[in-house]
Amino acid sequence: MRIGVFICHCGSNIGGTVDCKSVAEESYAFPDVVFSTDTMYACSEPGQQGIIDAIKEHNLSGVVVASCTPRMHEPTFRRAVERAGLNRYMFEMANIREHVSWIGKNKDANTNKAAELVRMAVSKLRLNRDLHSKSFPVTKRVLVIGGGVAGIQAALDCADAGLDVVLVEREPSIGGKMSKLDKTFPTVDCSSCILGPRMVDVAQHPNITLYAAAEVESVSGYVGNFEVTVRKKATYVDWDKCTGCGLCTEKCPSKKSFDRFNEGVGPTTAIIIPFPQAIPKKASITRDACRQFTKGKCGVCAKICPTGAINYEQQDELVSMKVGGIVAATGYDLMDWTVYEEYGAGRYPDVITSLQYERLLSASGPTGGHVKRPSDGKEPKNVVFIQCVGSRDVSIGRPYCSGFCCMYTAKQAILTKDHIPDSQSFVFYMDIRSPGKGYDEFTRRVQEEYGAQYIRGRVSLIYPKGDKLIVRGVDTLMGGQQVDVEADLVVLAVGGEATQGSPQLAEKLRISYDSYGFFMEGHPKLKPVETNTAGVFLAGSCQGLKDIPSSVAQGSAAAAKAIGLLSKDMLASDPQIAQVDMKRCVGCGKCIQVCPFKAIKEVDVRGQIKAEVIETVCQGCGLCNATCPQGAVQLSHFTDNQILAEVEALCRF
Amino acid sequence: METIDLTRPDTAFIREVEKESGQTVSKCYQCGNCSAGCPMSFAYDIPVSRMMRLVQAGQKEAVLSAKSLWMCATCETCTQRCPNNIDVAKVMDVCRHMARREGKGGVYAVKTFWDAFMQSVGMNGKVHEIGLMVMYMLRTGRVFTDVDLAPKALPKGKMSILPHRAKGRKEVADILRRFHEGAADEQKVQARLAAAEQAGKQAATQEGGRS
Repeated sequence: MRIGVFICHCGSNIGGTVDCKSVAEESYAFPDVVFSTDTMYACSEPGQQGIIDAIKEHNLSGVVVASCTPRMHEPTFRRAVERAGLNRYMFEMANIREHVSWIGKNKDANTNKAAELVRMAVSKLRLNRDLHSKSFPVTKRVLVIGGGVAGIQAALDCADAGLDVVLVEREPSIGGKMSKLDKTFPTVDCSSCILGPRMVDVAQHPNITLYAAAEVESVSGYVGNFEVTVRKKATYVDWDKCTGCGLCTEKCPSKKSFDRFNEGVGPTTAIIIPFPQAIPKKASITRDACRQFTKGKCGVCAKICPTGAINYEQQDELVSMKVGGIVAATGYDLMDWTVYEEYGAGRYPDVITSLQYERLLSASGPTGGHVKRPSDGKEPKNVVFIQCVGSRDVSIGRPYCSGFCCMYTAKQAILTKDHIPDSQSFVFYMDIRSPGKGYDEFTRRVQEEYGAQYIRGRVSLIYPKGDKLIVRGVDTLMGGQQVDVEADLVVLAVGGEATQGSPQLAEKLRISYDSYGFFMEGHPKLKPVETNTAGVFLAGSCQGLKDIPSSVAQGSAAAAKAIGLLSKDMLASDPQIAQVDMKRCVGCGKCIQVCPFKAIKEVDVRGQIKAEVIETVCQGCGLCNATCPQGAVQLSHFTDNQILAEVEALCRF
Repeated sequence: METIDLTRPDTAFIREVEKESGQTVSKCYQCGNCSAGCPMSFAYDIPVSRMMRLVQAGQKEAVLSAKSLWMCATCETCTQRCPNNIDVAKVMDVCRHMARREGKGGVYAVKTFWDAFMQSVGMNGKVHEIGLMVMYMLRTGRVFTDVDLAPKALPKGKMSILPHRAKGRKEVADILRRFHEGAADEQKVQARLAAAEQAGKQAATQEGGRS
């Protein structure tokens, strides 16, 4: 074998603390190395050309590049060696940046360690074999989880590109948080007017199958061919028969049910159609509130329904399907602000959340768009907004900025003035974060044109006085002056958190999530919608809180990735998978037990039980290889012999 | 208003406050919640959030001469409200001690009250209210402070004419004497702290050597 070694300086990233030249010289002493050099940037165009030229000139049969992490540039160099006519797996990478130069300052020790890592890579490369991908067909269907604005956008984009789309939504209607909003910043255009048509598009698109009131039960399989099971929750209404006429919701005698869509502003009936523009516009029964279920007798809706759609016996239903790609767009929830004792912890009815205020402002809300405070139904004159409730607060474990509260608070202050012209808004803020297009101008407008009083400081106490609430805060721009505001209504700009069940869904999808439950993107800059699991993409606030424009942009981005993936008829499989040596296999089945991907099955070979790897399912994790008592299962490209060769290279003294 | 030169903040002062209080003052992002909740703010010359800013900026003189240090009731509402988990009351407390060590008079009446309190404890092993009040009134000339409370407190046995003396009053007096000896001389305190640190280090090295 003829091996070439290339030691990259990476500018001063490696060259600063590793003597690359001497590592290159030392490499000549390693077995089978016939060529060795150092290069300033191996990944650059001339750097890659240098590798290709050396392969041709010195008739190399394998290449080692000692540079950065393989996460970024292993594919780059594999393509380079392939261009020079070698198999792409006749290449090894030694990480002398993240593992050496960036973590140690001692140049001698670093140079020594770099040489050791190169020796290991060379030893492994000597046992590398040509590997060839196989191709397998893909399922041209995308699963979108979450029917908020990001999920809707992703679903529509995929469907318009000709893919089949399955959209799964937990609530009885799609629309997400955006459908609860009255207006949107910074244009103050009607939220349901711009979202509504898109929701209708989802319902009418021939390529989209919508499962509302449904959740993803399980996911198995792999990129291009996921097996997904969806649980359609019982709504006790046969949606095939329900016409959405709403007679049942008028006649339902149980009128004290918690109104989820309206954030608990006013009660609702036990059988509901969440809001007028709901998609699908179908009724569903809240079991806990329904008299038929709690008292055992009622049946009013069943009697009144003109199509006989009510079915109290309905059960959850499981639907299985095959999809090629998955877009997770599960959004966010508001955090539980009642941890704040100083804001009353929920004791004062006139201290409400921003989303509840949206429902008060909305013409389709429980008050018909007339702002009435919850305690006595009076129109408030002084409205106090408090920002950063549950954001940027280390003491309750939420150090992050929710990103959208500054803007929606400004919008709500504007809407307050529009609804109640003789009202006065007060906004307690810490910093105004308005980096979007037209955003900062918007926060100026609310102060200059709408006369909102912006007070720079937090609020320490809210207490009732008569039918008012006294808000005790501070104005730090007055030098830390304590200030009191007599409020009729206090609106808390409550921050967001990862939606309930996010970690559980992440585990089903085998994607990572951060300590707050937000899904992790593949790379914070260069892979913003990909995950570390091939074929699973992210859109919207499930990846990190963001406003509507960003969520829509990310929805389209995720769709573009899914469309790109499924634009191919066949996908190439990774040949770095497990293989069973039939002669050695004793059929003990241990590999089948440990395989997390169900990629090994039992086969009967001339009356003997043997293990067989399903090549398209195997992810190359190597668990079976480590488990097999016979050494019969070997992970290609990481065989026992290759690993041991590396160990031996390291422990040769 | 005079311009403050921020080029060279008193980093030694910042470090000292951080070390003695165990708090990281750079965590403060000036939301002002401490000032918003402070029930003594009406009596402050510098609100507590500004005191925190002055500490951050290393403005030792301004911090240690502030009246606010002496008006703080150590109710700890500021600590309770701080979104960054800073023990603000502790920072105030540490600055108050530093002011005393630097010989800053502070607010005479407050300082005198505390001194009288500690003196009473030193004599009796616990506080004797009437003795404390007499000492305080004589030194400050505020002879009518709170005397309206006496008719209510006396019949309930809340205040006795003669002091009740605690059992270990000699030991208590010793503790206070040692403290005062040290506190009177800043250098002595520093020397003792240094000696203790040195001894600790030696013990550690010896232990390390043995193992």
